[in-house]
Amino acid sequence: MDIPDIAITLLKVVITVNVVLLHVAYAVWCERKVIGHMQARLGPMVVGPHGLLQPIADFVKLFFKEDVIPTNADKPVFFIAPVIGVIAALSSLAVIPLWENFSIANLNIGILYILALSSVGAYGIILAGWASNSKYAFLGGLRSSAQVISYEIAMGLSLVGVMMLAGSANLSDIVNAQAKYPFILVQPIAFFVFLMSVIAETNRPPFDLPEAEAELVAGYFSEYSGMRFGLFFMAEYAAMFVMSAMVVVCFLGGWNGPEFWIFSHVPKIVWFLLKVYGLMFLYFWLRATLPRYRYDQLMGIGWKIFIPLALANIVITGIIKLL
Amino acid sequence: MEDIQEGKDIKATTTPDIASEEMVLNLGPQHPATHGVLKLVLKLDGETVTKCTPYIGYLHRGMEKLSEHRTYFQIIPLTDRLDYISAMSNNTGYCIAVEKLFGIEAPERAQFIRTIAAEMSRILSHLLWLGTHALDIGAMTVFLYCFREREKFLDLFERLCGARLTVSYLRIGGVRNDTEQKWLEDLYDLTEEFPARIAQYETLIDQNRIWLQRTKGIGVISAEDAINMGLSGPVLRGSGVAYDIRKFMPYAAYDKVQWEVPIGKNGDVYDRYRVRMEELRQSNSIIRQCIEKIPAGAIMADAPKFVLPSKDDVLTDIEHLIHHFVLITKGTQAAPEGEVYVATEAPKGELGFYIVSNGEGKPYRLRIRTPSFVHISALPKLCEGALLADVVANIGSIDIVLGECDR
Repeated sequence: MDIPDIAITLLKVVITVNVVLLHVAYAVWCERKVIGHMQARLGPMVVGPHGLLQPIADFVKLFFKEDVIPTNADKPVFFIAPVIGVIAALSSLAVIPLWENFSIANLNIGILYILALSSVGAYGIILAGWASNSKYAFLGGLRSSAQVISYEIAMGLSLVGVMMLAGSANLSDIVNAQAKYPFILVQPIAFFVFLMSVIAETNRPPFDLPEAEAELVAGYFSEYSGMRFGLFFMAEYAAMFVMSAMVVVCFLGGWNGPEFWIFSHVPKIVWFLLKVYGLMFLYFWLRATLPRYRYDQLMGIGWKIFIPLALANIVITGIIKLL
Repeated sequence: MEDIQEGKDIKATTTPDIASEEMVLNLGPQHPATHGVLKLVLKLDGETVTKCTPYIGYLHRGMEKLSEHRTYFQIIPLTDRLDYISAMSNNTGYCIAVEKLFGIEAPERAQFIRTIAAEMSRILSHLLWLGTHALDIGAMTVFLYCFREREKFLDLFERLCGARLTVSYLRIGGVRNDTEQKWLEDLYDLTEEFPARIAQYETLIDQNRIWLQRTKGIGVISAEDAINMGLSGPVLRGSGVAYDIRKFMPYAAYDKVQWEVPIGKNGDVYDRYRVRMEELRQSNSIIRQCIEKIPAGAIMADAPKFVLPSKDDVLTDIEHLIHHFVLITKGTQAAPEGEVYVATEAPKGELGFYIVSNGEGKPYRLRIRTPSFVHISALPKLCEGALLADVVANIGSIDIVLGECDR
């Protein structure tokens, strides 16, 4: 790589990360608005018109809050845990193709890279729970590790069908393979399993056991405050975006949109973003509607339903492909 | 008790030979799911609870002792603060007990107003229970929907007596002030739309697989156990015992209206939920019938030795002025000696007032039998062997208020 290449890549990184962070900030605002209206209230209304400046106010508040570290906490690990979470979530962006021929790194093993990083993200949670020297955080961390082990398998297995159809683990190739029709039409089971696993993987309701506020106060980040808490928050929402993007890329045809009338003139990125926003809305909707699963029920669903379903899907896909 | 003191387990985990021990978790007194200041010390094996010990007393205000130094009238505001969600029911229980001691009875219109107020406070209490119970299990939206309706009922309380929570509306021998016809009409309008709201809460959780999985078969109490532990109210009825004091020993106007006692079958969290949801409908129907049947007439009993005279009379008539002076400064001078126990059906269960009188203007002893105190004693039985997430479901389903438990 010569210097101009590096400069261009760096520019891409800066732009992508900033755009995603802006999305994260406004995803929080959107979530509060969407859930607010679903719950017969207004959501943030005070800071700016319709609370539009709320993310800025939140950020300023978190940034200037006192950084409390519990006594007897394992300080180095306590410091590093939220950083791991954010780095894992943001690094995953590198391989996501936002539109044709645009991804920071066109990696041939894109799917594996994302799966690996989402597992690394779980380390942030487990270490945070461990280092806080709080029993609630500890239980949250343990729940998270169990959850990640169960749902990583289902997630990985459900993507095997997609890789078989596309013949590649490169995300751009997978999108190109869906030029005619999105894979959700031929892989509905895999889509369902992957979507549910993604919600579990990002610790969102109804699978938000590591941070179940009714039992575990705030779960793994009970002891975190200020910007460290903010980092966890950022990591969670960035992970939601990355995982929504993965669903779009693998099952919903990525940047491909309808190719007739004026729709063919719409920029590709718009289709991509619209699909991602739709999935984000689904996240919020689920949170407003569903109660929380119990720990053993969650594990039961993972091992007894999703993993067998994903395996059956691989077998069926394989048989059809052979025929 | 010493083996589960806080801090001891930390030592155990730092011993060099990494002994595998049960973890002790202090759930409360500051915890989002313990509904106040209940503290549970849980022994956990993984996520399974092996031992559960409730600690109470964080909200003790010495109400029973305070009552011994107050006239019978002055105790009414104290009863507001027992179960602060349903102050009207507490007022009712206390006033009926004192009236029984004095041998007086409130006029019929007052009885109907009391019934309406008590049933409104039952609805308020059950709405708060439903909201927080659902919130504990993770369904956030139900909570806000419940508060939307609570607000309307509380507004009506405010119009009735000026207060929303600590109402002190009832008086010995009647109620403080009469209701307006407009108030009754507005309440009637509210009861017309309320059943649809109950159905709305149910669509959110009742058909929900996750809700059913979280509540069915959890925290089972058999009918026999429920009776032996002294449980009452919806918790007892959830286990299939059709015991409701309003039916068996009717007070106020409960014998003049038609209603049913809903009961459960299995005695699990889900049955207790169903019973309370059904009670919301029954209370709604009781309020409607009361509004339809409410007679005109006085709202205070005609018993000058016990009942405060009206302000107009006090300012114009010397005899009333003397009564007023004696009643306010010393309390009633005509209280008979003896003891009385009156139980009423508060939203959370049997609320009993036991009054010992030695003929003075204040009780010699006032003992309050509160449902929450008894129900908390059932928690260890419910929680042991269950998972951590079931503990919060169980706390929610027995519907405790610590103000009432600690008194």
